[in-house]
Amino acid sequence: MLRWILGSREAQSALEKSSVLCIGEEQPQNCFTELQVLKGHFDIVRFLVQIDDFRCASAGDDGLVLVWNTETGEKLLELRGHSQQITAITTFKCRNALTTQTMLITASSDRSLSLWDPDTGNRVQTIADLHSSVKCLLVLERLCLWLSGGEELCVWNQDFQLQCHQPNPSDTGIIALIELPKNCVAAAMDKEIVIYRLTVPADSVLCLTEMQRLSDHRDQIRALINVNDNMFASGSHVGELILWDAIDWNILAYEHILWEESQSASEIRMGSSKPSEMSIQHLCSNGKLILAAVGSGLYVYSVLTKTVLAYRKVAHDSNVLHTIELISCSEDGSVRMWEIQDLPLAAEPASAGFFGMLTFGRSSKHSGPPSKKVLDVSNLKMLELIGDLIGHSGAVQMFVSFKENGLVTCSTDHLLILWKNGERQSHLRSLKLFQKLEENGGPVFS
Amino acid sequence: MIGSPDVVAFTKEDDYGQPNPEPWPPIPEEFSIPLYPLADSNPWAKTSYAKFTKDFILISEFSEQVGPQPLLTIPDEPKVCGTFDLNYFSLRIMSVDYQASFVGHPPGSGYPRLSFVEDSRVVLGDSKEGAFAYVHHLTLYDLEARGFVRPFCMAYISADERKIMLQFQELSLRFSQASECLKAGNRRAFAKELQRKLQDLEYTHSVLQREEGLQREADPQTRYSAHAVEKANELANVEKSIYEHRDLLKQITSYHGRPRRDPHAAMCHKCMSECLAECEDLLEKFSKLAGPLGCIGEEGQILTEDEAGEGEMEEDEDGVKRRPSYTPQLIRAKSAKCFDKRLKTLQELCDETFYEASMELLKETERSFRGDLCYLYTRRLDRSLRRKQKVTNFLFEEEVCEDNDEEVTIRPFCPVNHSVELYTLLKPPHIVLAPEPLEDATEPFSEISHTLDSELGLGESHLESSPSDQTLETQDSSEGTKCSYSSGTNMTKQQDQQHNLDSVISEAPDPDSDVTPDHERESSSEDMETTAGDDEGDHTPVSLLEPNGECEETPLEVCESDLLLPIDTACCMSQDGFLYEDLAADTADESDHNSKIQPPQTLVVNQEPQALHLLQDHYTVGSLSESPAAGLVLPVGQHADSVSHVSVEEGSDCTMSTSTGSDRAHSPFGYGAVVTLRQRRKAGQGALRFVRQYPFAIQALWCLLSGRTLVVLGEDEGRVRKLVAALALFVPGPGKSAERIQAWMSCPFSLSDIYRWKLIGLQRVSSPMGSSLLYSLSRYSRYISILDIDQKTLRCPPYHGQLLSNIADHRTSIRRGSSYFLHLQSVLCRLAAKAFLLTFTHHLHLPVSLEEGPEVVKGRRLCFLQEQLGLDEDDNEILLYLSQLITRQYLQPPSESTAPPCFSFKYTTSDLYKI
Repeated sequence: MLRWILGSREAQSALEKSSVLCIGEEQPQNCFTELQVLKGHFDIVRFLVQIDDFRCASAGDDGLVLVWNTETGEKLLELRGHSQQITAITTFKCRNALTTQTMLITASSDRSLSLWDPDTGNRVQTIADLHSSVKCLLVLERLCLWLSGGEELCVWNQDFQLQCHQPNPSDTGIIALIELPKNCVAAAMDKEIVIYRLTVPADSVLCLTEMQRLSDHRDQIRALINVNDNMFASGSHVGELILWDAIDWNILAYEHILWEESQSASEIRMGSSKPSEMSIQHLCSNGKLILAAVGSGLYVYSVLTKTVLAYRKVAHDSNVLHTIELISCSEDGSVRMWEIQDLPLAAEPASAGFFGMLTFGRSSKHSGPPSKKVLDVSNLKMLELIGDLIGHSGAVQMFVSFKENGLVTCSTDHLLILWKNGERQSHLRSLKLFQKLEENGGPVFS
Repeated sequence: MIGSPDVVAFTKEDDYGQPNPEPWPPIPEEFSIPLYPLADSNPWAKTSYAKFTKDFILISEFSEQVGPQPLLTIPDEPKVCGTFDLNYFSLRIMSVDYQASFVGHPPGSGYPRLSFVEDSRVVLGDSKEGAFAYVHHLTLYDLEARGFVRPFCMAYISADERKIMLQFQELSLRFSQASECLKAGNRRAFAKELQRKLQDLEYTHSVLQREEGLQREADPQTRYSAHAVEKANELANVEKSIYEHRDLLKQITSYHGRPRRDPHAAMCHKCMSECLAECEDLLEKFSKLAGPLGCIGEEGQILTEDEAGEGEMEEDEDGVKRRPSYTPQLIRAKSAKCFDKRLKTLQELCDETFYEASMELLKETERSFRGDLCYLYTRRLDRSLRRKQKVTNFLFEEEVCEDNDEEVTIRPFCPVNHSVELYTLLKPPHIVLAPEPLEDATEPFSEISHTLDSELGLGESHLESSPSDQTLETQDSSEGTKCSYSSGTNMTKQQDQQHNLDSVISEAPDPDSDVTPDHERESSSEDMETTAGDDEGDHTPVSLLEPNGECEETPLEVCESDLLLPIDTACCMSQDGFLYEDLAADTADESDHNSKIQPPQTLVVNQEPQALHLLQDHYTVGSLSESPAAGLVLPVGQHADSVSHVSVEEGSDCTMSTSTGSDRAHSPFGYGAVVTLRQRRKAGQGALRFVRQYPFAIQALWCLLSGRTLVVLGEDEGRVRKLVAALALFVPGPGKSAERIQAWMSCPFSLSDIYRWKLIGLQRVSSPMGSSLLYSLSRYSRYISILDIDQKTLRCPPYHGQLLSNIADHRTSIRRGSSYFLHLQSVLCRLAAKAFLLTFTHHLHLPVSLEEGPEVVKGRRLCFLQEQLGLDEDDNEILLYLSQLITRQYLQPPSESTAPPCFSFKYTTSDLYKI
């Protein structure tokens, strides 16, 4: 695009080299026309968590947890306490007699857990000297309990008292935890998903019973999510997406996401289909659709039809790290917004570039435990790029959407960027202006 | 007719005698053009009357030995006053000393009294010399002088009478500051001198006592011998002298406690209290000495003289730490003859620091009044206009610092630079310009300034009328050349008038107590009390006060037109237009005026009703395309016409306007305008060159004005810097020290750089770092426009508007950078005004009724921009951006906010432009 200025092509970095997908600078559907850069971290910012409608907390490798006002962009609090990088963060609703207060639980590599009050910045509780660092956290609001997963699985109550723990369930440790119906939780560790049930036997001591081990994945599980009340999904490093029944833990669907194109070429150039290119990095779901981040591509899977609805093989120039609601962020430093559009008429060559390569016969080559669903082209829709946000100079690790109030992204460049709808902001400012005008009784030209 | 000043005004002295009677009647002044063009064809170079080339300040004294004599001039160059006779002029200015200095023993008091006199201010003209002067008399104290006083005067001498008259208030303010400073230093020095003298006297006293005692011991019989009697007399004299000096010290200490009439008299409080403390120290010390002295006087034998002497000495060292080295000297019975002694110089009379400081003040005054009246006028007009639009000034004006400067100077001046928080702010500077009395009066400032300004506005008629009346008189009389007039009286009268007026206007139960600022009340009440100063006041011809007398009875509207009469139409045609354009709002505002005066709080900005009113006014008038820009365009509309009618009609029987005109004509114009703003003019030159050189300049300017960061890419640092400096003129809200502009950088930039800086000069490098730099350029290309000055290309979104065509026309006929700069300023100012209107018009941003959605509001905004402001879509973006800036600035100036700045942008495609 800027070749006239770049002079030579070598100027382009690796990130740019496969910019097949380029929306250009005109993005009428992109409403994020205002941004604020939030500075405060000194290292990679990895986690973002929404506290309430106008606050979010960010945490990263510098061990800092910062609380931000997303309406103004102000930094509200700095929660200092962890000496090493934060490995997990979640919100926790503390129920007192009168009120429910949102607190923050953080876990760090310094093998400590802390409970923070994001209103005051106080470190309310802290537990140090754990056996291992915690990799994931799960809050069971209904039971007023929370779980920490790492090399061991611990259950804690509201007051940070250890209720019970399950030592060393596997070598690699738990990488993800989700809540299942009937007081069950699913923990993903290595290639298995272990279902535990929380029970309170007669002696009234909480105990954690292993119910089942689901070992259908052929490689490490990378993502584990709840889809809806009846099912959950998991994705592995080699691109297997398995849909499970949430109650009896059976496989509902098995999708091996492999790009047909790369398989077709696999005989010729095997090197191109490295497992990392089909690794499911992240899954998210709205109950009906699952959006899987597979390598640098995106994959929309319909839970109802159990088929792939739409996909984009190269959605980003590099691995996609996080997705929510058809928004994805990637190592290439950009955030992209997508829209599922109906496929144009087949006669149109415009779409042929991507879908012309679809060959169905090849998929039968892979023989998973359940046979792979054949992609039905009549159901296939297009995943169309409607806008991208460029601002970070490093990989965008995560983002949190505040709906119409904006989007917060965090990145390895130590920054957070608050993206907003410029028109809406301008309207809000006008409101404020006339409010101030009214308060002052007129424009005070200070 | 020929002898009438009108005609004389436009002919040279040489032509005066030519027997060439003009057959036609004298044409109205405003149509007159010089009948005989001057040889150098520069109508402003009429300095032939004055014997000096530019304005200067003269300090003279009335020496008791040699009479009036000039001391120094500022600037201190011999060529300044040329052949101008300073001695003669000193005589003139010292002869109009209206200070009521009363010296010596007043009846009923035993000791000589110091007279505390207020400074007097006089405007004096000498048309023969071509000199007009503002003369400020002041009195300093000198123990050795007759009556302890030394009269001095400072005069601002100019060839332009109007300049003096119109700037009277400010001259007065500034000279008062200098005078206060001198006087404060002088009091310090005087107290020190007194202290020394007292020490001498007491030493003498002790010596005499010792001698007497010795004598008595030696020969008790000779008590009544002639010698002894003489000694005793001498001793008594010394004692009397001690009492007198002690009393003087007490008097000088009481100086600060006494009420001041002078509204301009204000000093740094810390200085004052320091000085006071010092004096009180002394006073205490010497009153303590009075004890033992009294003892000695009565009993005489308690202490041996040596002991007493030592005691004194010790106490000396303890009590007066500042002059521990001073050794008292014996004072001879008879002081030296008046003419033998050397009088102290001004430096010696005043403490050195104070002297230096006041000289600095005067120099500053001289500097700030340099240049022709027109120049001063334009500058101030400009300034006062900007002050009205504080909300938008940050966009394109570099006013802020200048304003601050001015505020600094109007603070009570402190020669030793006491910390700022100790200042109580004096009045804001007032602009005394004849054509805009009402503008000032309605200027939304503090209570004080408001009343002050209106007072000045009222005062104007006097200031102008009285001297011209006088001039007429004197010209009729055979003397013909000299006129003088005391303004001090007028000032006080005006204040009285103002009181009356206020009471008439406001009908507040007790307007005087609430309305008037303290100093005014003080001064006016003192007018009743003072015995010395007010005699002139009472004898002021009643005729001078007539316009105001009318004012008291007539409704305000009439009053205004009266006030506006003295405007010299010939000189200020366009300014009239401007003024009266404002008047419409002002007259309506007069109703607000009342309410604004009433609240007694000081320094509370309470201007909203007016501001709102203006807003509404502008809006409802419907002539939206004009009104926002009204400040800068000078529409010669109905208002101006009607007013000039008024002034012509009423001016015919109004002597003052004609005579002022003549005087103005008599007084030659000063030298040309001083070169200022050199840098920006230079930038104007650069901008003009850019516009002429690049056909796509308009796109670049549009980018800057619509808030898209422009990167100037080039290899040569000098060229890039120059171009950045030129383009900086177009960056809205560049910040006080151009924080939004980065003239030169050579490292890859990040997103925050793009929105911190709106204009970036970037080095093109071919090293590996250059590639990462170019990568960052391409990565953020959606946020920036890139101007490559090596390849002469511009990459930016296309612009199709019309708004900028008149500042970015590469076939422009403007040739000079400074002209282009001014042109640009006016265009940008107009833009800012439009943006202001857009920002503060409620229904363009918010729904009027509940059922209106955001689309309706948006549509209305677009409609407003398109139809009422006549803008294209691309031009809208400029206004919307400016409006955003104004909104943000108004809500929270960036300096105060803790939140990171917002960066707005658009997703549009860019084109590549080539030459």
